[in-house]
Amino acid sequence: MILDVTTLLLLISAATPILFAALGEVIVERAGVLNLGVEGLMIVGALAGFAAAHATGSTALGFAVAAVAGAGLAMIFAVLTQMLLTNQVATGLALTLFGLGLTAMFGKPYEGIKAPPVPAGPLGVNAMIWLGLALVPLIWLGLNRTRAGLILRGVGENHDAAHALGYKVRAVRIAAIAAGGALAGMGGAYISIAIVLQWTEGMTAGAGWIALAIVVFAGWNPWGALAGAWLFGGVTVLQLRLQAAGVAVPVQLLSMAPYLATILVLVLISARQTYARGGGGTAPGSLGRPFHALR
Amino acid sequence: MRVTTTELFRAEGLGKTYPGVRANDDVSFSVRPGEIHALLGENGAGKSTLVKMIYGLVRPDAGRMRLGGAAHAPADPRAARAAGVGMVFQHFSLFDALSVAENVALGMDAPPPRRQLPPRIAEVSAAYGLPLDPARRIAGLSAGERQRVEIVRCLLGEPRLLIMDEPTSVLTPQEAEILFATLRKLAARGTAVLYISHKLDEIRTHCDRATILRQGRVVGTVSPGEHTARALAAMMVGAEMRPVDRSGRQAGDAVLVVRGLTSAPGHAGTALRDVGFAVRAGEILGIGGVAGNGQEELIAALSGETAGRPGTVLLSGADLSALGPEPRRRAGLLAAPEDRLGHAAVPEMSLTDNALLTGATRQRLAPRGVIDHAAARAFARRIIAAFDVRTPGPGTPAASLSGGNLQKFVIGREILQDPRALVVNQPTWGVDAGAAAAIRQALLDLARRGAAVVVISQDLDELLELSDRFAALNAGRLSAPVPTEGLTIERIGLMLGGAHGMEVAHVAA
Repeated sequence: MILDVTTLLLLISAATPILFAALGEVIVERAGVLNLGVEGLMIVGALAGFAAAHATGSTALGFAVAAVAGAGLAMIFAVLTQMLLTNQVATGLALTLFGLGLTAMFGKPYEGIKAPPVPAGPLGVNAMIWLGLALVPLIWLGLNRTRAGLILRGVGENHDAAHALGYKVRAVRIAAIAAGGALAGMGGAYISIAIVLQWTEGMTAGAGWIALAIVVFAGWNPWGALAGAWLFGGVTVLQLRLQAAGVAVPVQLLSMAPYLATILVLVLISARQTYARGGGGTAPGSLGRPFHALR
Repeated sequence: MRVTTTELFRAEGLGKTYPGVRANDDVSFSVRPGEIHALLGENGAGKSTLVKMIYGLVRPDAGRMRLGGAAHAPADPRAARAAGVGMVFQHFSLFDALSVAENVALGMDAPPPRRQLPPRIAEVSAAYGLPLDPARRIAGLSAGERQRVEIVRCLLGEPRLLIMDEPTSVLTPQEAEILFATLRKLAARGTAVLYISHKLDEIRTHCDRATILRQGRVVGTVSPGEHTARALAAMMVGAEMRPVDRSGRQAGDAVLVVRGLTSAPGHAGTALRDVGFAVRAGEILGIGGVAGNGQEELIAALSGETAGRPGTVLLSGADLSALGPEPRRRAGLLAAPEDRLGHAAVPEMSLTDNALLTGATRQRLAPRGVIDHAAARAFARRIIAAFDVRTPGPGTPAASLSGGNLQKFVIGREILQDPRALVVNQPTWGVDAGAAAAIRQALLDLARRGAAVVVISQDLDELLELSDRFAALNAGRLSAPVPTEGLTIERIGLMLGGAHGMEVAHVAA
């Protein structure tokens, strides 16, 4: 098994949907919100992006529509959890079920249609891959080197303190949820438009959940999200190669490999973590806690 | 523009009503530039609401404020800061995972570029004797250091009026002295300090004037140095305070013996190291220390929440070390932990159910595993009556009681079970003076009936008032208990480990 350029490109391509979704969730969770609806956001992005690309023939427009659709669906989550103070875990799960059901219904007419080709970008790699790679340092810089990023981290770390200092906790969180939704939507569209090249029901196949897991083992850091996405992409490509080579291992076991690898890494990392808080790689202090200000 | 008149800040007829509570009613007072002005009152007297209005966190629904000659009606804290108001919060408003510099930047409206902030912090730290390392994370700082971060953050905004909400409640006596040195330096430069506290002695020594609040209204503005602590307390409460009755107790045999108690660090991160003491029947042992030095771990080890090695916890000679809370209760060792919402009581459950939770065994409220609701309700009623818990009835959810009332209920629940040994942590934390006196008297009465009592507290005055012997918990180690008789606050301060890392401040002062 030689790591040639083609394999590397396959790996990076396979990692791209998860990278987008994980980066989005890093932003959301750093603001202190736990959105478990990533899978639903991705599948809605996958269908909306595919439909737009099919209707217009432009994949770029497809990705843009996917971003808008993802952000739009995420706003339902934002209104429910931030305005009406519903439970974030339950609302996130409902969002996933809602997205899967919605796309199963509206996706029927698009089954069996081929997606328009994604134009090759610089070095023969499409623009979405480049965008995903560029977002990693950009989001890192945004979070750690800008005032807006500092406020976002502050809101996620201790929303009561942020409120006491006069920051608009709810507004910051709603903006973060919208950004996370847009990124998850684009990630989902990458699966339908650039990987599978068609629409099938439930095609995200757990990618949203993997993205959520990656955020944890990334230590809520964009670079970690990149490493996690590549690990998952790498094992995915590896098992496909092994299948193609006809290795005497049941196909079902090989298909399991990327998920097993993710679980294994998660276990190893949480085994290493201690109770000590405040260091790198610990969860934002207000993660998942509802914020209610008394005036 | 420096105000040359005698007033920097004035409140006229301020009022604020929350559903069911008139938090502030017709509050008027003024603060002069360069003075340390105390706001004095019991819990629930409306001090916090008042300063939140000045800082723009709460909008008054009546009255007006003036600051430096101009109308002061801040829409949010940002506007208040721009007008020259700074605030140091009671519960630190810091971000644990962020660095000191980042925390300071979040508290400023126009922070300097990232690279210029650390030198600015160093500059202010040096000027006021508040040593700080801008690169360190908050999570690793002590309570005193955290407070310094808050103060420096405020000072960088160059406030004309600095509000401090109970700043010394988390400090050792030595750290508190350093804080007052800083405040006096600020006052000398013309900054007005509005100082909230209910510690009468420190207000009498350090504050120029004091405005006293009772039930949301101003009782009066006085020069605290000219009144005794008792007179000030009477103004706060509206009645003479009765000193607790310590009489009639006789020390018997050792009931609760702890030997070589060592534990793994809990969430707070302080391991107990070789803790040992013995409490006799009729005796109260006071354990002091700054929060986070092993208090939570100690009460967990005594209540049975964490099991210990054999031979570490003995009640009248019987080894309880390996037992959990329920068998320990059966044996007569009871505990009332600190955090009343979440640890000592289930907030959503009724008082009856909460009484049942720890009282079931000793009061036989659930014979053969089936709850006897009538008996449980009767037990809850008994607690409510005996400890003057203000509540509509035993069916009320615990969360709807005020902090002081729930605290009376939680302590009463254990005392009425006639424990042979009782361990309480912070028994009067967040409780007003009247209720605190009642709780202290109940603990003394329990000891008079022959129980061994351990009081863990950060309130040194309380420990001196209650306990026969005093021991200090510092970094998980317990000092040898000494008789309380003749013990001074200074001596205790040294036992608590003094003011670590504060040498620079002394030099600068």
